[in-house]
Amino acid sequence: MNEAVVIPMEHGLLLAAILFLIGLLGVLVRRNIILILMSLEIMLNACGLAFIVAGAHWGIADGQIMFMLILSIAAAEVSVGLGLLLQVHRRFGSLDIDQASRMRG
Amino acid sequence: MADYIYLIPLLPLIGFLLLFATLGKLPKALVAVVGVGSVASSAVLVLLTSVEFLTLREPLSNTLYTWINVGGFSPLVSFYVDGLTLTMLSVITGVGLLIHIYSSLFMLDDKDYSRFFSYMNLFVSAMLVLVLADNLLLLFVGWEGVGLCSYLLVGFWHEDSANGAAARKAFIVTRVGDTAMAIGMFLLFVHLGTLDFAPMTAAAISQWPEGSPTLTIACLLLLGGAVGKSAQLPLQIWLPDAMAGPTPVSALIHAATMVTAGVYLIARTHEIFLLSPFALNTVATVGAATLLMAAFTAITQHDIKRILAYSTISQIGYMFLALGVGAWASSIFHLMTHAFFKALLFLAAGAVIYSLHHEHNIFKMGGLRKKLPVAFWSFLIGSAALAALPFTSGFYSKDAILLAAYENAWQGPLLWAIGLLGALLTSIYSFRLVFIVFFGEVKTEPSQPAGWLMAAPLLVLCLLALVGGFIVIPVMDVFPAATGPAHDGLIAIITPAVPIIGVAIAYLIFLSHSVDISTWTNSKMGKTLNRFWFSHWAMDWFYDTFIVKPYAWMANVNRMDIVDWCYNFTADVIRLLHELTIQSQTGQLRTYAGVMVLGLATIVAIALFSGGGTAP
Repeated sequence: MNEAVVIPMEHGLLLAAILFLIGLLGVLVRRNIILILMSLEIMLNACGLAFIVAGAHWGIADGQIMFMLILSIAAAEVSVGLGLLLQVHRRFGSLDIDQASRMRG
Repeated sequence: MADYIYLIPLLPLIGFLLLFATLGKLPKALVAVVGVGSVASSAVLVLLTSVEFLTLREPLSNTLYTWINVGGFSPLVSFYVDGLTLTMLSVITGVGLLIHIYSSLFMLDDKDYSRFFSYMNLFVSAMLVLVLADNLLLLFVGWEGVGLCSYLLVGFWHEDSANGAAARKAFIVTRVGDTAMAIGMFLLFVHLGTLDFAPMTAAAISQWPEGSPTLTIACLLLLGGAVGKSAQLPLQIWLPDAMAGPTPVSALIHAATMVTAGVYLIARTHEIFLLSPFALNTVATVGAATLLMAAFTAITQHDIKRILAYSTISQIGYMFLALGVGAWASSIFHLMTHAFFKALLFLAAGAVIYSLHHEHNIFKMGGLRKKLPVAFWSFLIGSAALAALPFTSGFYSKDAILLAAYENAWQGPLLWAIGLLGALLTSIYSFRLVFIVFFGEVKTEPSQPAGWLMAAPLLVLCLLALVGGFIVIPVMDVFPAATGPAHDGLIAIITPAVPIIGVAIAYLIFLSHSVDISTWTNSKMGKTLNRFWFSHWAMDWFYDTFIVKPYAWMANVNRMDIVDWCYNFTADVIRLLHELTIQSQTGQLRTYAGVMVLGLATIVAIALFSGGGTAP
């Protein structure tokens, strides 16, 4: 085995963390619902990456199984999210999430 | 046999319900028929009961049903007629009927004719329950019922707020006494386990030795109820103000029947009172003090009805005095004769007031002897009986009371002397009234002389006031026999002579004016004394200063209600917290997400750095 090929787990996890933070920042900063959904996808994929890196490190298949699960959850989430998006657009005439704030106070 | 007794109070109650339910929409003639008819039918039933009682010579009873049955406490709705009850029944329905007939004309011009008769019928019904009850609890129902009717009828002309105030005063002051009476009832029940008169008395006699403290307290509490209802010291202040009601009401409720309920209560429970000499002496003291105070006050008054009101207080004082010295039968006898002559006086006063367009001031009256002969003769006979002139009804009853007082073991001669002084004052103030109102020059021209519906009851009552002294009331089986009267020859002569002296004094001062008292009444001391007596020994001032004003002050201080404030404080704190936390609900999705992340990060950070993290 060529050792130079092995990527240390820390690098993988760091990448996952950076991705997660980028996604989180997108959720918090963006007002467009589509972009928020996209940011959520990035966060989910960051989680998936962390699972795979950990699975590869310990040499077990559980990490990949978890990624499958996350993929299916992401699919479901996107379908629900897109449905909500359509409703928001129909009601408020825009995709600005801050417009949907009637439940304050 | 005696199954119809329950109808006696029921018929006036039906009359009340009929008049009440029709809301005054009936024509006045029909109202009078219902109002007077219900009492008349009760009177007929009382007559039937008397015949049955006097032939059988034993108490009648009529049990209807068990009122409550809980934990050994099962008072019955049960009526009981003995000689004492029968006397009361006759007075209530007899005098009540006459007053109802009189009012059917007296109140004819009133727009609330139907309401008046409905209240009067309710009153008669409650009063009949009071005297028919065979247990204290049912008696209390009637007791409160008459209190309610007294309130309603004193404030009958409620458009004038002064009448409303008088009604409230009457209600609240008697309620003070009623509270004492209720506590007395609880005490008797706790110790004796029953409120039925016969078993209760038997239990009291077997359980308590003479003069036991608990017994004395129970008796004094019952006395508290009696002084409230019967307007005796220290709760007599409501009766003069109660004259704000229509005159027939004053005659029926505040002279003949309701105010004597206290006398009836003590007479009914006399066997318990006999066990406590202290309580009996208190009864006598209260009676003696009240009769003297009220007599002095009556001399100075100038409102015709207030003079009669104070005279009522004074005469009930005589009844209490008689109860206190153990002259039970004399007390009930005086109750009956007083009902006759005082109802007569009130109704005659009503006739005068009616003819003079609601004039109450006796100094604006005068010379009415020729103009209103029926009222004059009624007043003369009533006053003679009130003053206890020989051979009138009041003479026999008051004479018996005074002689019994003299024989009393405790302070007998003193009580007798007080009663005698009271009798002197009584004859002075009653004939002062007669001389000022009916003699001298005419000051206000009378109009609309009373019709026969008002004259007829007056004539019947005149007859009763004259010969009522010869009626023998059937109470020998109820009360223990009086000890043989062995009165001193001199005492037996002085006692009846005093009223005649009083009439002579009144004649000299108020009619012939041969004795001039103006120099004395205009002196500084005379004026002060006059004012003091006029205000009824400053009793109203006393209550006003020491009870009403401090209470009003406390109510004013506590305007915000301190107890309520405690509860409101809790609510206010919760509202404040709500106002604070409501700020976090912005409705902004991104804020929520940010806060969630922050919270999660905090929890993870705590888990990591607290060293508790024990990852596998």
